[in-house]
Parts: sequence; C-alpha cells; structure tokens
Amino acid sequence: METIWFCLVAIMIAGYVILDGFDLGAGFVSLFVARNERERMAIIGTIGPVWDGNEVWLLAGGGTLYFAFPALYSASFSGFYLALMIVLWLLILRGVSIEIRNHVDNHLWRPFWDFVFGASSALLCLLFGVALGNVIRGVPLDASGFFFIPLWTDFAPGSYAGIVDWYTILIGVASFTALAVHGCLWVALKTTSELRDRARRTAMGGWWLIVVMTFVITALSFRLQPHLAVQFSDYPFGFVFPAIALAGLAGMFWFTHAGNDRNAFLSSCAYLLGMLTSVVFGVYPLVLPASTNPDYSLNIWNAAAPKYGLIVGLWWWIPGMILAGAWSVFSYRRFAGRVSQFGHP
Amino acid sequence: MDSALAVHRLHFAFTVTFHYLFPQLTMGLALLLFVMKTLALRTGDPLWNNAVRFWAKIFGINFAIGVVTGIPMEFQFGTNWAAFSKAAGGVIGQTLAMEGVFSFFLESTFLGLLLYGEKRLGPKLHWVASLMVFLGSWMSGFFIVATDGWMQHPVGYKLGPNNEIILTSFWGLVLNPWSWWQYAHNMMGAVVTGSFVMAALGAFYLLNHEHEQYARRFVRVGVIAGLAAAFIMLFPTGDRQGVNLARNQPVTLAAMEGHFETARAAGIALVGQPDMDRLQLDNPLIIPGALSFLTWRHWTAEVKGLRDFPRDQWPDNVPLLYYAYHIMVGLGTIFILIMIAAALLLWRGALFSSRAMLWVLMLAFPFPYIANTAGWITAEVGRQPWLIYGLYRTVEGVSPRVSAGNGLFTLLGFMGLYTVLGILFLFLVWREIEHGPEAEIRDEGSRHPAASELQGVH
Repeated sequence: METIWFCLVAIMIAGYVILDGFDLGAGFVSLFVARNERERMAIIGTIGPVWDGNEVWLLAGGGTLYFAFPALYSASFSGFYLALMIVLWLLILRGVSIEIRNHVDNHLWRPFWDFVFGASSALLCLLFGVALGNVIRGVPLDASGFFFIPLWTDFAPGSYAGIVDWYTILIGVASFTALAVHGCLWVALKTTSELRDRARRTAMGGWWLIVVMTFVITALSFRLQPHLAVQFSDYPFGFVFPAIALAGLAGMFWFTHAGNDRNAFLSSCAYLLGMLTSVVFGVYPLVLPASTNPDYSLNIWNAAAPKYGLIVGLWWWIPGMILAGAWSVFSYRRFAGRVSQFGHP
Repeated sequence: MDSALAVHRLHFAFTVTFHYLFPQLTMGLALLLFVMKTLALRTGDPLWNNAVRFWAKIFGINFAIGVVTGIPMEFQFGTNWAAFSKAAGGVIGQTLAMEGVFSFFLESTFLGLLLYGEKRLGPKLHWVASLMVFLGSWMSGFFIVATDGWMQHPVGYKLGPNNEIILTSFWGLVLNPWSWWQYAHNMMGAVVTGSFVMAALGAFYLLNHEHEQYARRFVRVGVIAGLAAAFIMLFPTGDRQGVNLARNQPVTLAAMEGHFETARAAGIALVGQPDMDRLQLDNPLIIPGALSFLTWRHWTAEVKGLRDFPRDQWPDNVPLLYYAYHIMVGLGTIFILIMIAAALLLWRGALFSSRAMLWVLMLAFPFPYIANTAGWITAEVGRQPWLIYGLYRTVEGVSPRVSAGNGLFTLLGFMGLYTVLGILFLFLVWREIEHGPEAEIRDEGSRHPAASELQGVH
C-alpha cells in the first residue's frame, strides 16, 4: 500500500513537472525567443488558458503527499523552510503577473509584468532542480525526524551542506535547461512562422547542453548517493527508466529536425518523465535520505500515514483524478490548435 | 514576538486573514453569477449575459489573488506547523488533498471556459461552466471547513501507541456534524459579502446616474440574496453553532460571551469590556436569561462561567475572542436590518429613487468583510489553547527546527508582498468599475488589439 502511494505521488509530481514545466519554460523563453510584443503575446496566449490548471497539479500533489506521507511532508517542508517560502513568493509573483498583464494597455505595464513573469518562471525552474538535488544528496535529519537546512553554507555537498551547494546548483541548472527546452518545444508546437522556427532553433541549441548536463549530473549523483547504484544493480529492470530518458533525448533531436513538433514535445515529456522516474526508482524505498545517520532516513514505511487512511484514500483519489483528467482533456481540446501572431485559427 | 510560537501563529493568522478576503467574494459571487446566468438563459435577456461578463472580470481578478494567496496556506501546514502535520496529517491531509483533487481541477478548468469560452461553448454549455465554477468553489469551501471542523471537534480517529492520531472513519470525518453547520454558516457569510458588494456597486452607479439598467439589476440581486443569506446566518446556522459550542466547547462559549460567573438564567451581554484582572465584565448591558435559552433552550438553565473552568483550558486571548464575536454578531444584526429596509423599499418600488438607502448600501460593503474576518477569529482564537480541540495543544504543533528569526523573516516578506497585491487588486477592480458593464459592447475587441488570440489570458 505504501508503494502504491509512493508511485501515485511520483505520478503527481511527474505530471506537475511535465505540465507546469512547459509553461514555466515557455514563460522564461518568452523573454528572448519572442522578438516583439506580438510574439510575446502569442507565447503567453498559448499558456494562458492552461497554466492555472497545470499549477493545480502542484497543489493536488502536495495534498496527496501530505495525507499519504505526513512525516515526509512535515520534515521536508519545515526543513527546506526558506527555499519553500521563496518558491511561494515566486509562484505568487508569477501568477499575478500573467493574470494582470492584459488589464492595462500601457507600454510600461506589459513589458514590466512580462519580465516579472519570465524571471520568476526561470528562478522556479532552477529552484525545483535544486530541491531535487537536495533529495538525492540527502539532508541532516535527526532522530526526531526533522531537520533545518540553511540556504547555503560553504557550497560543498558534505553533511554540513546548505540547500544550495555546487551539486544541487548543477541539478538546478540541468532542470532549468531541460524545462527551457521543454518550453521552447511547446512554443514551437503551438505557434507559426518565424516564431516557431526560432523556438526550434533555441531548443536545438539547448539540446546539446541537456546532453552534456545529463551525463554530468548522472555521474555525480551516483558518486554522491551510493544508494542509487545499489538499487539499480539489485533491480536491473530499473534501467528502463533511464532508457526512457535517453529515448526522449534522441527523439527531441530527431523530431525537431524532422519538423514534427508534436513528437518533439512528447519526446521532451518522455525525457523529463524518464529522468524523474530514474531518481524516484533510484532512491526507493527511501523518500528522504539522511546525510547524518542512515537510520534517520525517511522511507516509505516510516513516513507513511496509517493503513486505513491509505486504503480509504484510494477510493476517492482514483475517481477524483479520473474526473480531473476528463476536465483537463475537455479544456485542452477546447483550446487546441496553433496560435499565430495574426489571430487564432 | 520573540518566541517561535508567537511568530508562527502570527504568520498563519496574517496570511490566512489576507487570503480569506478573496475566497469569500469568490464563493459569494460564484452563486450570484450562476443565478444571473440562469436568468439569462431563462429570460433570453442579453443584459443578464452582459452583467455576467462584467462581473466575471471582477471575479477573475479576485479569483487570481485568492489562488496565489491560497497556495501558501497549504504549504504552511508543513513549513510552520510540521509537528502538527506529522501528528495529524493522516487525517486532515485527506480533506486538504480532496480539495485539490475534486475542487481545484474543476474550478480552474471551468473558470477558464467561463471567462474565455463563451463563443466556443454556446449558451447552454456556458451556463454549465458557471454551474461548475459555483460547485467547485463551494466544494473547496467545504473541504477547508471540514478540515477546520475536525480541528474544532475531532471525530473518527483513535490514538496510536505513540499518541499519533489515526483516522478510523472516513465518513466520520466528512460527515462531522460540527463541520456541516459551520460550513453552512460560513457559506452564507460568503453570500452576504458577494451580495453586499454587488448591491454596493449597483448603488454607486445609480447614485452616479451611470449604467442604470445594469445597476438596478445588481441592486435587486444583491438585496434579495443578501436578505436571505443574512437571515440564514442568524438562524438556523448561527444558532446551531451556539448550541454546538455550549455542548462541545463550553469554555469557549463562556469566554466569547464574557460570562465569568456560573449562573442560572444567564444573560447575554450586548456591550461590555472584559476585565481580565478582576475577571468581570465592565459596563455590561445584559439581556437576562437569553444565554441560557439560546444554548440550552431553557430560560433558567445553568450556564457555566469562565471562572469555573481550569485556567489552562481558557482561550489564551479572552478579550480578542470576546470582541471578535461581538463584532461579528453586531454586524450580522445590522446586515439584517439594512437588507430588510432595502427589500421593503424594493418591494414598494421606491429603492432606486431612495438616495439615502442607496448611500447606505454603497457604504456598507466593507462590513461583511469585517464580519467574516471577525467570525473566523472567533472560531480560531476560540479553539485555543488547542490545535485539535481537547486533543493536541497549539504549543506542541510548531515546526521544531524553524526558529523565530526565520519565521519573522518570511512573515515580513509576506506582509510586503501582500501589501503590493492589495494595492494592485484595488487598482484593477477600480479600473473595471470605471469601464463599467457596457464596456464589453462599446469596444469589443478594440481594448485588447490581439484579443482574439488571447482568449486564454486572464
């Protein structure tokens, strides 16, 4: 039962990263891929109807994590206190700026909020990666199951590490790059003419960076977190997850050159999914490794809620998510199609 | 202010108080928009549709601020109240996660369709979208009140070997009788806010001789809905809350009434100031027997006074609780009087020409916000010193490793950010009010040069 909820929470997080990932990335790349006001409006037009729904995945995922693994929720949220508060502020700025940019027709107002939107999106892409890096590296949990970690200390990923050290910042840069390319591919999928071509070119430039980053962070992660190697050698079927990531990586390159924007975007989704599931598989059954004493690590059993709640949760969670999926599909179909700079088809 | 407990309490109190200024209007307006959309569909009168479009814009701005200030609420359970979350997350996480899964997906999807999908959906489906937004926002309210209701009156749980709180009955949690009365009371509070805001804007336009055919509709809808909601706030929902309090939180009841001495035929203090040194109410003005009757349905029933409860059970801020409660009840009574007067004038056909009454309606709109806020202060300060009533103390619940200094840092951050949000909100809503409900028809497409490609940006 704990494993089922572990997988469901992982699905929610993956859903969030893939969905909100493209609008975070698109928000950031709108700063430089778009050359003028019209193009920027076109990019924002592609994410306007859906970003709010995408962000709901974060809330629903957070809620699911909360009731299924309350010890993990409370330890990580209070331990990463400062980073999470910054994430909250960025989410607020981002949500406000996209919502209000169109309310005032003024040549200072819109560029200002577009800048706030792009900058907060970029920082969020970075911070989510840093958070993932922290989970892989481990945190200084104590015997009570709590910890507190400052934003930074000496930037070294030892047991005295802060949230930001050279390892987590590398993961942050990798996530930033991957989501920026993800966003570019979304823009390429949803727009036309020069804007689409520029988005494709930017995506291809970023692609090489992703390839390099993927190998660097994989090697570093295996060195820093020995549990990963143990897990993959004990259960070799787990190599299917990195294989998905590599296939996605290849697909992004292939389909973009072939001009197939849809498959290129889906490949990017596969890449993100593969990377995330590799991490999730690699740390299983841990959910938050301790850098202090392995006995203090949180795993799916000592972090989970009691059985009854987990069982009863399935009864409402599954129908609820099916309904949610139905509504999302309905909305995406209503707002389907490309957005050109010259009006919606 | 240098204790972590005080900082974390203020952190939550500040962010939730600011947050709830927005959802109360969202939930109130969601009902009124649905009513107007239904009128549009049934009468075929295009003015109702225009009215909905106009209010939907204000709704959208309000909703957006509600969403962005709502995310920190869920996070803070983990960041600032980690010990509590670890102990009780298996229970209250259920209702909080259900809010995400059932309400947020519904709400966010159909709000987009309500705001930007009118042409693509057609009148019937657009009406469905307004229904879905109404259901989504009201379900959201339910899951939150159910969470609070369980903290006020825990049911359906048992204690494990290490005193951890284990859910044993899902339906006990969802059907908690405390929650349903609290929910009904809360939602009527939201409708009061929505109605007063709508009536106030109508009155403003009428007094200014602008958009009068719309203004009359706003006033009519606002006054009728406001009258009904203001009555239901008092009876049965408010009344039942009092009865529940007397049975389950008698010490809270004594504190909020300023009732210090145990007495038969206990009275209700209309005014008076609690004196916590001498433990008495100064300058009281009392209706004899009323408290006994309202709580135990018997004019001479005994109501236990605050002095006869052990001090460690008392709410830790009795005067704040007392004033919050009296402000709520006092304002609630005034709302009923205002709405009766307005409804009588409406019935006699004299409301739209009665400038005095229109002035009252226009100036009244801030007070439901105050009353709703005071109501929640009553509920939450009244629950102290417990986080989960009778089970888990507030002092046990804070994050053990987050210091007062870090908490104060983020509290100040939120104060600054929310000040900006508040100013932006007022500015943007004022702009919509200035444009008025006819702006839609007058300059459709011209205000947003690229409106057609931006159907989604709100």
